[in-house]
Amino acid sequence: MSSPVICAPDALGRPAAFAGKEGAALLLKRLSTLPKLHGVAPASQLEVRPTPEMVSSGIYEINKLTGGLPRGCLSEICGPASSGRTSVLLASLASATRRGEVCALMDATDAFDPVSAAAAGVDFERLLWVQCGLPNKKHDREGHAFSRAKKIHSKERALTSEGKNYKLLERALRVTDLLLQSGSFGLVAIDLGDVPIQTARRIPLTTWFRFQRAVEYTPTVLFVVAQAPCVQTCASLLVRLQASKELSAFGPQHSEKKNLFPTHTQLLEGIRVEGELLRSRMERKPSGSITAAFLTKTQRIS
Amino acid sequence: MPFACIFVPDFPVEALLRVEPELRSQSVVVLEGKAPLQKVFAVNESARRAGIEPGMMKLQVEACAGLVLHNRSSLQEAAAHAALLDCAQSFSPRVEDAGCDTILLDLGGLESLFGSLSKIARDVTRRAFALGLKANVAVASNPDTAALAARGFHGVTVIPAGKEAEQLGSLPVQVLLESFCDAQEIEQFSETYSRWGVRNVLALAALPDVAISERLGQKGVRLQQLARGETFRTLVPVEPPLVFEEVIELEYPLVLLEPLAFLLGRLLEQLCARLSTHALATQELRLRLALEQGCHAEEITEPATSHVETGAPARRGRVQARQPYCESESRKIFQRTLRLPVPMLDAKTFLKLLQLDLKAHPPGAPILKIYLSAEPARPRAAQGGLFLPPSPEPEKLELTLARIAGIVGENQVGSLELLDTHRPEGFRMKGFAPEMPREGVSRKEDKPAGNQEKANVVTALRIFRPPLRAAVTLRDGGPSRLVCSGHRPIQGEIVWAAGPWRSSGDWWDQEGWARDEWDIAMQEETGIALYRLVRDLLSGGWYVEGTYD
Repeated sequence: MSSPVICAPDALGRPAAFAGKEGAALLLKRLSTLPKLHGVAPASQLEVRPTPEMVSSGIYEINKLTGGLPRGCLSEICGPASSGRTSVLLASLASATRRGEVCALMDATDAFDPVSAAAAGVDFERLLWVQCGLPNKKHDREGHAFSRAKKIHSKERALTSEGKNYKLLERALRVTDLLLQSGSFGLVAIDLGDVPIQTARRIPLTTWFRFQRAVEYTPTVLFVVAQAPCVQTCASLLVRLQASKELSAFGPQHSEKKNLFPTHTQLLEGIRVEGELLRSRMERKPSGSITAAFLTKTQRIS
Repeated sequence: MPFACIFVPDFPVEALLRVEPELRSQSVVVLEGKAPLQKVFAVNESARRAGIEPGMMKLQVEACAGLVLHNRSSLQEAAAHAALLDCAQSFSPRVEDAGCDTILLDLGGLESLFGSLSKIARDVTRRAFALGLKANVAVASNPDTAALAARGFHGVTVIPAGKEAEQLGSLPVQVLLESFCDAQEIEQFSETYSRWGVRNVLALAALPDVAISERLGQKGVRLQQLARGETFRTLVPVEPPLVFEEVIELEYPLVLLEPLAFLLGRLLEQLCARLSTHALATQELRLRLALEQGCHAEEITEPATSHVETGAPARRGRVQARQPYCESESRKIFQRTLRLPVPMLDAKTFLKLLQLDLKAHPPGAPILKIYLSAEPARPRAAQGGLFLPPSPEPEKLELTLARIAGIVGENQVGSLELLDTHRPEGFRMKGFAPEMPREGVSRKEDKPAGNQEKANVVTALRIFRPPLRAAVTLRDGGPSRLVCSGHRPIQGEIVWAAGPWRSSGDWWDQEGWARDEWDIAMQEETGIALYRLVRDLLSGGWYVEGTYD
């Protein structure tokens, strides 16, 4: 579109845009007559996208920080290991299933812990769990699994770690495609929490764009958990989580309720998580960093 | 009281054309007997015009070009007969099974429900055709007249009361004999009638009663009454069990899944049509394939109940294990059962589900016969509320789940169920079938607010499957350094540790377990990482079970 304008013969070898007042007037005149521009709406008259409906993430502080999770959009939570990403994911799933919505979890590395999910309040009747990991004997009894772990590791060495990650990722994306086409899910979560950043970042932008278009104008919340931002510009909401470095926060000896639950052992009580809003399409860019913090609590079967 | 009769001419041919409708435009010959002494048992109209008649030897028939020869299939005929009964029962509850190709119906009182008698007869013809059978339908004031008219006249015939003799008069007397006499009587009476010059039913009806009685006895009198349409009898209603099974016997063994899907599609359409005549749906489809050879040994799957009690995922309830068993010495049956979460009646969905299932579990040998049966169930009658949260359509969801199972594996997708045990991984997988939300939960807690969420954030654990084997250095009875090689290297000083949390169970069983759990923190490049370290007390090994996140 621009090439005939810039190489206009009237500009005597110089770009038309720098050809002085007469040149600029000529340029505007020519631009307005270009047939390709007839169908293009001016930026001032672009259709305004309606504000998406926000639903609860299940955590008060995250809701306060982000306004909730937008329906029909792609939301991303990122952070390193032990930063509270999975806790946020479980809280969101619990909140969605409490609303009566049907949810799906694409577990790229089979890291989902049903006991934690049950403690978080996830209704398993409304949660579809897709284990994208390569099938192995993981479901055997514990003793057998431990004794077999060495054998499985030796087999896994044959398949390079990178190749395995790509295979898992490919499965997760194919399954996500199918689920989004099926529609009517309240929340679809993709857990890439254990997928290395280098691998996750190789997912083409077109894939995320396709996912984002698939959920657009639907009541589905598409939720991605990763180690680092990988959805790029397709994410309507991006929150980075980080665990607090205060190690003293761990252990029941620091708990306010330590006297209520006397025990001979000391175990992890919770994680103090700090979240930072990196991107939100729902609001204007904030002038400074917006953060929130919350404390998770470990629940153990006893 | 009006009665109707549904008669399918050339029934063995029609039973065959029902599953192979593309042969309808061709000359079809059905053979019976063992090779090489096979004889023609039935032919369709096109073959009859070509000069083929029942009783001819196969060798004679083979001389004619353009004929399609098929062996008679008693299983397909039984399925066609069941379909005919379904068709009749969809109109009237009082149905008499008068033969494999003839069904009688009592139409008393149905005019107010379905319209005039001629309309009912037309509807019956249409429904029979939808079930794959081209039938003649006749309506008369008594069952025998209706049966005779259905055998004699093509298409739909309605005989008003009092005009039976007039309407039946044009029929050849041979039709009457074939309808109500056995082979010996047919031979005897046809000879007599031929000598008398009686060629049609009208001539027989006009003969004097006494003279007939003197010469042909009571059978002769009955035949004359039938010719006049003066007989009357009550129907003998039958109530067949609701069994929906369709069969195809193949002429040649089938080795590819694509043509099999083609045949399955036809069977499913027929099954769905039969179920819809009873206003029923199905929740369970059973596919049985008679194979030329036995299944391969490695394809025999273990029973579905394995691992259920152990806390490991069981097989999805959707597809049950095959149960290959011997039908005869040289033939085995391959079986798949498709269980659906809700009653459905969509042949295309069923076909896709069966295709995906067979793709994952191929039969392993050429197929000779296909049996497909459906367990009838009441169709679901539920309407989603306007203000209820959306949930996936069951049919669409089933297809999606089957496709996902094709990608990730059968046991890798579904819903979770926690078991009543403290054993780690104490859960199992089951088929995913979300209930439709009730009106009470609509839009509950829809807004991102609520102080009750403040206190309910649970620290989640991310499990490493399988657990990572680790080498641990102890100091003062607690772990102080961890080295974990393999695909997920973790190593370094443990900066914080809490534990041990000792648990054990199933000591009364061979599969007993005992373990110590430690929660540890390690300094990594990205910050503090929290792990759950487990010592297996039975083997003495250390494992990293997961990370808190």
